[in-house]
Amino acid sequence: MITLEKIYKTYVLGGEEVHALDGVDLTIDEKEFVAVIGASGSGKSTLMNIIGCLDTADSGNYFIDGQNIMDMTEKEIGIMRNRKIGFIFQQFNLIPKLNAFENVELPLIYQGVGAKERKDRVKEALTKVGLEDRMYHRPNQLSGGQQQRVAVARALVTKPTLILADEPTGNLDSKSSKDIMNLIKELHAQGNTIVLITHDNNIAAEAPRQVQLMDGKIIRDSAEKGGNANEI
Amino acid sequence: MKFNQALKMALSSVLSNKMRSFLTMLGIIVGVMAVTLLISLVQGATNTITAELGNLGGTNLTCMIYDSSSRFTLEELKALEEEESIGLTSAYLQANGTLKAAGNQYDAAVYGVTENYMDMQSVKVETGRGILEIDNEYRLNVCVVGVEVAKELFGNTDVIGEIIRINGKDYKVVGVLKEMGANSMSSVDTQIFIPFTNAQRLFAQTSITSFYVSATSDETIEQAEKYMNDYLKAKCGEDNYMVLNMGMIIELVEEVYNTLSYMLGGIAAISLLVGGIGIMNIMLVSVTERTKEIGIRKAIGAQKSDIIVQFLIESVVLSLMGGMIGMILSGGILGIINLFSTDVKFSITIPVALLAVLFSVGVGVIFGIYPANKAANLKPIDALRFE
Ligand SMILES: Nc1ncnc2c1ncn2[C@@H]1O[C@H](COP(=O)(O)OP(=O)(O)OP(=O)(O)O)[C@@H](O)[C@H]1O
Ligand SMILES: [Mg+2]
Repeated sequence: MITLEKIYKTYVLGGEEVHALDGVDLTIDEKEFVAVIGASGSGKSTLMNIIGCLDTADSGNYFIDGQNIMDMTEKEIGIMRNRKIGFIFQQFNLIPKLNAFENVELPLIYQGVGAKERKDRVKEALTKVGLEDRMYHRPNQLSGGQQQRVAVARALVTKPTLILADEPTGNLDSKSSKDIMNLIKELHAQGNTIVLITHDNNIAAEAPRQVQLMDGKIIRDSAEKGGNANEI
Repeated sequence: MKFNQALKMALSSVLSNKMRSFLTMLGIIVGVMAVTLLISLVQGATNTITAELGNLGGTNLTCMIYDSSSRFTLEELKALEEEESIGLTSAYLQANGTLKAAGNQYDAAVYGVTENYMDMQSVKVETGRGILEIDNEYRLNVCVVGVEVAKELFGNTDVIGEIIRINGKDYKVVGVLKEMGANSMSSVDTQIFIPFTNAQRLFAQTSITSFYVSATSDETIEQAEKYMNDYLKAKCGEDNYMVLNMGMIIELVEEVYNTLSYMLGGIAAISLLVGGIGIMNIMLVSVTERTKEIGIRKAIGAQKSDIIVQFLIESVVLSLMGGMIGMILSGGILGIINLFSTDVKFSITIPVALLAVLFSVGVGVIFGIYPANKAANLKPIDALRFE
């Protein structure tokens, strides 16, 4: 479903070059559940932003469902982000002045889904994450765990095939983390492709495949020969 | 994204920050108020003045003969009506007279007029009758009085059949004129009308020196004017007469007022411009403030056009609301002015309202495009990282 070929991304900061991604090759198949691990600053978030088309690589090729991103217009990329990809961020990234319902509804509005169908699907998504009784709360009236569950509902309401989660449990206590991980595993069980970024090895161990980054390079991939999840 | 969704979003954003929205709108409110108020005031004044000039006879020519040696008679005046471009004629003679009745005295303008005068000058009779052809034919000692004259002499307006002594001669009151009010430019309230032939005798005048000629229609007025010029030139000689075209004076007045309203409107439009810059300012602040929100929206699939439309609608909603409020306020102010002004009525005409609405929408679009574009062109990742 996703193929990255020789992806480079370099930041220049104060005259110094930082190779956030230094020639990354990675293929992720449909319905896979991949955990990306690595030390802080190793390039995990940069990688996810490129996979999610929030950012573009300096060089290299990126194919999504066989289509090269470099050949797509901004509009096509927007449509793809809207329909195929669901994001879950460490900072939740909910819109503060919209309530839970409206936040989850937003991607459907951009898809042009009708009001009635929207209502049904938003309710369904919020029920799935166990927030049917918090629908009209604003983010600042919700706990961190609840906010992240709203974000999960927003990611899955469009029924995307690819879910990208950048340290979704980074800001949560262990109980909430467990809830979110259960939701993510459930999504995987339902056939979604999942890329989960984390620096918590216990969480990474719940994914069938782990990819480890260091200084912008993949130094280990449990799917390849010689790679082994238990070694991490 | 559908338009009504975008509109809903913009409205909720405008309403979620009411104080700021109001302050942003203030510039537009004041601007639109100034424009509509000034234009409406000038328009109202123009309409009143031209209507009043129209009362004096839109199709009337005022003719004066300075040289009293060239005798111009009523028969000759009547004969002018044979000309195809000319409708009616009426001679008049104005002099000051001292009126006495019921022990009171009053100085008034005495008008000796022929039978068409009252129709041509839109002088309306309230009770009784006006000056008729028969009054002139027999030089009857009858008079028609203005309301003020009646009140000064008799204390009331129920004066038909009473006798008024004008410069020592007795006249019977046969009619009372309709009250025009003190604000009117040429009020008949303080005037008294007697038959023209009678006045000629009373004031010892033999020739006609002032008269009105009406054209048969707006189209023939110039033809009538030319005819009268030729006629009087032949009769009295080059510089001894004058023909005044009221229609032309009305046009002139209208032109002056139009220029005035453009000028004042232009000045007021500058305040609209300032209001527009205020909107741009706030929209730019709002783009910066909501950079993260824009990033989130883009991450979950908003197109560039969705963001542009959202911000553009927001600024148009702001300026349109401002425009509406401004118009309602100026409507209210005009209403209050109307309460105090008895004969000039002011109102916002539909073209002025449309102009104000279009102008404020235009301001919203023009000053909203830059911030909207700026917001839409943000890279999703840069917007998301923004704190
Ligand atoms: N916008 C940027 N400008 C400059 N340097 C950047 C920028 N974004 C990332 N970097 C640098 O790129 C490198 C990789 O950053 P990235 O955010 O991908 O790390 P990460 O693996 O997600 O770390 P963490 O686990 O702390 O989130 C870091 O050294 C970082 O300083
Ligand atoms: Mg990171």
